[in-house]
Amino acid sequence: MTAQETKPGIRLDTAEHAVERRPAGELVFDVQDLSVYYGEFRAVREISMSIAQNQITALIGPSGCGKTTMLRCFNRMNDLIETARVEGKILYHGVDLYEKSVDPVEVRRRIGMVFQKPNPFPKSIYDNVAFGPKIAGFKGNMDDLVEQSLQKAALWDEVKSRLKESATGLSGGQQQRLCIARCVAVEPDVILMDEPCSALDPIATGKVEDLMQDIKDEYTIVIVTHNMQQAARVSDMTAFFTAEVNEEQDRRTGVLVEYDKTERIFTNPTDERTENYVTGRFG
Amino acid sequence: MAIAARGPSTADVVRQHLQGRRIDYKGALFQAAILVALLLSLVILFVLISQVVRGGIEVFQERGFDFLRGRLTVVSASIAGVGQGIAGSLLLMAFVVLAAFPAGIGAAVYLQEYAPDTKLNRFVNVNIRNLAGVPSIVYGILGLVIFVQVLGPLTGGKTVMAGGLTLAVLVLPIVILTTMEALRAVPGSIREAGFGVGATRWEVIRSHVLPAAAPGILTGTVLSISRAIGETAPLLLVGATTGLLATGGSGFFESLRGGYTALPVIVYRWTSLPNEDFRALTSAAIIVLLLLTLSTNAIAIILRNRYERKW
Repeated sequence: MTAQETKPGIRLDTAEHAVERRPAGELVFDVQDLSVYYGEFRAVREISMSIAQNQITALIGPSGCGKTTMLRCFNRMNDLIETARVEGKILYHGVDLYEKSVDPVEVRRRIGMVFQKPNPFPKSIYDNVAFGPKIAGFKGNMDDLVEQSLQKAALWDEVKSRLKESATGLSGGQQQRLCIARCVAVEPDVILMDEPCSALDPIATGKVEDLMQDIKDEYTIVIVTHNMQQAARVSDMTAFFTAEVNEEQDRRTGVLVEYDKTERIFTNPTDERTENYVTGRFG
Repeated sequence: MAIAARGPSTADVVRQHLQGRRIDYKGALFQAAILVALLLSLVILFVLISQVVRGGIEVFQERGFDFLRGRLTVVSASIAGVGQGIAGSLLLMAFVVLAAFPAGIGAAVYLQEYAPDTKLNRFVNVNIRNLAGVPSIVYGILGLVIFVQVLGPLTGGKTVMAGGLTLAVLVLPIVILTTMEALRAVPGSIREAGFGVGATRWEVIRSHVLPAAAPGILTGTVLSISRAIGETAPLLLVGATTGLLATGGSGFFESLRGGYTALPVIVYRWTSLPNEDFRALTSAAIIVLLLLTLSTNAIAIILRNRYERKW
């Protein structure tokens, strides 16, 4: 894409304020001109951004701006929606995730997901963690793996005496950390988090945020959040999305406005819309 | 409201507003009407059951287990019994379980979990609903043509196998519909969780969706057995015996291709006899049929509770 075909919402006019910055370090994802359609409706338009290894990248923006849609492209979760269709590329370590030969099941084994609402399986705590490794053909000591995963998720001490009890008996915060343990048990490369704390109280939120810092040496994390303080607290890079109303004024399409170091997004954003959003004047 | 010099206090005014003065006639009337509807159906049920029990209890008092073992005959009421009917009904049940459950649950899993939302699939869906409403006698004719005539070499004609398969086809749409309903009730977040850790569709269904839906599936399918063992009309067409039934069969598998009768068929047959003695026998047979149905339902509840505890 040339500078003349300026992407809506992304100013490429001044080199100094190149809004779409590339993160430092090795890239895990390189998104190129990604558009997602639900049927005829385009949910996000021509997103380009790259995500670096062992960093926490936050996607922020008002409701309906395509953050979650974007996130669910990273592990091909949108495949489960019959009408969803993707244009453009998401290179994962250089391989396009949407190539024909790519198996979405394999993608999801490497790129795990934590959902907005804690969704433990209605089974025991142990079985929740062990399910992923089991289907992946894990041959080692399952008890150890379950313990390690729960420890990484900072949940072990709270549940070690009742691993065989139902996961649905845990509190919301514990359930969400169990979902994180379930996710890390398959030893993914990337963890996608879709507003993981929106159903949690501040104490549980704090625990999950601490946990993200603890595990970021091992994983690359992409998090969608509505909570700007959270994005500011936990992330290294932040992408601000917004929704553009199309000509007919009835559908909203998500666009990437600005992508930069978190500090910069929150202290000295380039785009006015970003500034309005992070200072609370909009959205 | 007279306004006094001091005026009413705020609390008084608010209280007056909050005090409901209208009597909700429509609501009360509606409540009474639905209560009557409930009582009416309960009364009908009570009258029916008390009639049957009063008529049939003597038979049990006089003959006890002899009646349960007795053979189907229309000649002498003193030796007639429902032994063959119980055996036949149980065999028919077995066929329904073996044939209708796997096919029905399989079809439901396909339609609910795999089938894309196409016009064809929606058409299939609607028609399964229609099939569930087709009168049972039509299934009897279907069974006569397919299981008795076309598949005669396999089933042996008008045999318990033909009858069982006919009943299986009869309850198949019900099994499919209730299973689909149970699958639909499993939250999508459970499926997403499974996919999220890299499970295939089959792994998600087998490990999470089916276990979560199992209580609902079991309840629905076992209730469909109750429906099947109460059916009379289709069985008359596919050869359930209403007269003397020779129980020659040398082995279990032989007997599957032998003649048979079933409890509701016996009830039907004895009802049409003029002999007063058979009236009591009919009532007694109905009691046995009701007990069989109730115990089937009880099994459904027990199984459901056990599955629920397992989580």
